[in-house]
Amino acid sequence: MIESMIQFILAGLTSGAIYALVGLGFSIIYNASHVINFAQGEFIVIGGMSTVALLAAGVPLPLAIVLATLVTMLVGLALARFAIQPAKDADVVALIIITIGASIFLRGVVQLVFGKDIHSLPAFSGETPLNLMGATLMPQSLWVMGISSALIVVIAWFFNATLAGKAMLATAYNALAARLMGVDTKWVLLSAFALSALLGAVGGIVVTPITFVSYESGIMLGLKGFSAAVLGGLGNGVGAVAGGLILGIVEAMSAGYLSSAYKDAIAFIIILVVLVVRPNGLFGKKGIDRV
Amino acid sequence: MTSMLPSALRLPPALHRHRGLIILAALIAVLPLALRNDYHYDVVINAGLNAIVVVGLNLLIGYAGQISLGHAAFFGLGAYVSAILTTTYGWPALGAMATGIVVVGIVAYVIARPILRLKGHYLAMATLGIGVIISIVLNTEAQVTGGPDGMSAAPFTVLGYTFASEQSWYWLVGGALLLTVWLSTNLIDSPIGRALRALHGAEIGARVVGIDTTRYKVLIFVISAMFASFAGSLFAHHTPTVTPSILGFIKSVEFVVMAVFGGMASVMGSVVGAFIMTLLPNVLAAFEDFEPIILGGIMMGTMIFMPKGLVPTIAKKLRRKEAP
Amino acid sequence: MSLLKVTNLTKSFGGVSAIRDLSFTIEAGTIHSIIGPNGAGKTTLFNLITGVYTPSSGSVRFNDREVGGVEPHKLAELGMNRTFQNLQIFHNMSAVENVMVGAHLHLRKGLLHSMLRLPSLARSERETREQCWELMDFVGLAQYRHTEASAMSYGALKRLEIARALAAKPKLLLLDEPAAGLNDTETREVDEVIKRIAAQGITVVLVEHDMKMVMGISDHILVLDYGAKLAEGTPAEIRSNPDVIAAYLGTVG
Repeated sequence: MIESMIQFILAGLTSGAIYALVGLGFSIIYNASHVINFAQGEFIVIGGMSTVALLAAGVPLPLAIVLATLVTMLVGLALARFAIQPAKDADVVALIIITIGASIFLRGVVQLVFGKDIHSLPAFSGETPLNLMGATLMPQSLWVMGISSALIVVIAWFFNATLAGKAMLATAYNALAARLMGVDTKWVLLSAFALSALLGAVGGIVVTPITFVSYESGIMLGLKGFSAAVLGGLGNGVGAVAGGLILGIVEAMSAGYLSSAYKDAIAFIIILVVLVVRPNGLFGKKGIDRV
Repeated sequence: MTSMLPSALRLPPALHRHRGLIILAALIAVLPLALRNDYHYDVVINAGLNAIVVVGLNLLIGYAGQISLGHAAFFGLGAYVSAILTTTYGWPALGAMATGIVVVGIVAYVIARPILRLKGHYLAMATLGIGVIISIVLNTEAQVTGGPDGMSAAPFTVLGYTFASEQSWYWLVGGALLLTVWLSTNLIDSPIGRALRALHGAEIGARVVGIDTTRYKVLIFVISAMFASFAGSLFAHHTPTVTPSILGFIKSVEFVVMAVFGGMASVMGSVVGAFIMTLLPNVLAAFEDFEPIILGGIMMGTMIFMPKGLVPTIAKKLRRKEAP
Repeated sequence: MSLLKVTNLTKSFGGVSAIRDLSFTIEAGTIHSIIGPNGAGKTTLFNLITGVYTPSSGSVRFNDREVGGVEPHKLAELGMNRTFQNLQIFHNMSAVENVMVGAHLHLRKGLLHSMLRLPSLARSERETREQCWELMDFVGLAQYRHTEASAMSYGALKRLEIARALAAKPKLLLLDEPAAGLNDTETREVDEVIKRIAAQGITVVLVEHDMKMVMGISDHILVLDYGAKLAEGTPAEIRSNPDVIAAYLGTVG
């Protein structure tokens, strides 16, 4: 009883960690530009696929990981520079279409460059399961949770303790005031995309040994990340991380105890209930219409 | 636009309001001259069915300013109700279609009341979630829906006449599209339509002059869902098999893209958007692997260079040329 | 019986009181002004009376009915309407359609009726358009009959909001700074419009900075300072009130 519960929680935390990273990426971009980047899931795919390709080309794994992350960040920068910046004044729906277009575009590129096959990476430290209070745990899950936690701590430090991070937060709060104080908001937009690309790429790389990667896997991961960000309250980094973990655990529990076919449906029902009760997410602030 | 034309050229109001409808009817009448085979007909029929959904969706997105990323679910629900009732239960096609529209209307109403209090991205998330949930249910309940393999609807028979040939379907869908456009155009230019546009333009301004904005958001959500169900029922009878892929997130996104690409708050824009975006993948099929790249590129390019969509942007250009 | 009776009204945002324990009444058929320095809480008061904000405590009675926290669209049905300091214009419509939205309460709104555009609807639409054109003439917008709202000047839009509010046939009309941002000629025109509205028996309440205008047209003035009542009375009384002179008028000159 207890063992299976621990088993589900561990599985939930593993996928939840990835949702948290993607959700955090959504939040960072949303803060910088009020854009919901539906191409967020593609960062995961590009990170994972590039690592696979580089490894196959004989590059050692650590170097392949660094290079793949850089490639993904370049893609993120290009997306911000060539698709988002030129459409700065477009309304919400137009921006949604642009980022959905970008995700289709990137998916096409991935398919062209890496093909339609499903790929995997070797686990970083072997495939021998660990035993944890009767539940089994793949060592790669520890990598996923560890790397995600480390990244989240670094991001928190970046926003709270560095000048660049504070400038980005100030822009999120009031872009005009930030501009008047000398913050280059164009730079903020580019950094936000680079940063979320980094989160996506690293998440994609560490999770590929468990979930595999194909040109299509970004769609559902992107949706889950969006859900995590909305669940926590858009633009709230802590909320996105919490939302991701909650989502992962709820999914694993529903798959284990209720029905694996309905696990995604149950996750979405919970999100709907949360939104109906708290229209701005779990940790979002209530807005007042100003007239 | 009217004010720029010399008064002698100004059409009577009823004709002016429906000038798009008249042009559309003329196009539908002559288009068969260009259709060579059943495949051509099939593509155009699907474009027409998509156009019905998109015209309805644009009432919600373009006119009332509320997004839905789950409209394919209503299209699919209508299709499944028709398929299930006509094959499993032997109902007549029109009865099944009407039932589908009513069922979808009720489902949309129940959903709309709580979620339309949400705004912007939160509403996008909620509608997306509803779409995913409905699609998972239909995918999983295989004994009723056939699961991932899907199911077929009985032939579409009305008063003893069975629509079998692609030509007969062409005229049926053409008529259905004209009806949809006519109803929608009338609605937009009525007190209800003004209330919808007002709540989009300035929600608080609309409320203080006496518009119960929640009520109108719910109303238009339900109506647009019913249009989708109508098209879905027709689709079910026309397609060989109804599968869950017709109601997934991707399909919902396609509908939104058609509406936005053709032009927000433009009925004719929706028709143009639906036709181009339905035809495009068939044209691009020649480029095979480059298809998604071109499609994604077109989506981004349109929104960057003409964020108001195709038809309104072109109409504005034409008007500027007309004016001195 | 007074048309509007505000008793012990308080509104706080996160611990800061924007309106504090405010009481006053407004009699039917007169022009009232609410004045006070920036940040005195005038617009907040308007938002409380018109249901945009919900009071923290206290009561707002309109026509002898408690309306504190009642939704704006229901207040419109009861006969209250307003304009905005920051315009709430429907920029996606033509000028006359903006005014026609104001008439919404008085129109038939059946769904089938609208979708089929039955002859009765077509007729009622024609009549409404005519009436709304007349309202546009009334506020001095005759030349904008065929104009899109997005193509109109700021001053014209201010008057368009007044026409829209009038189309709802209100008993009480609240105008939030109707002359702000207007030049002298435009201000005089708005001044005339307000007098003509009052002459039709509609009670007008306005928030305004233009002292000349306020003193010239008001029957009664309420002075707010830091969300509380500083003074009230006729223009003559306000002009000679030492508290008001000290707090506010002294700075106007």
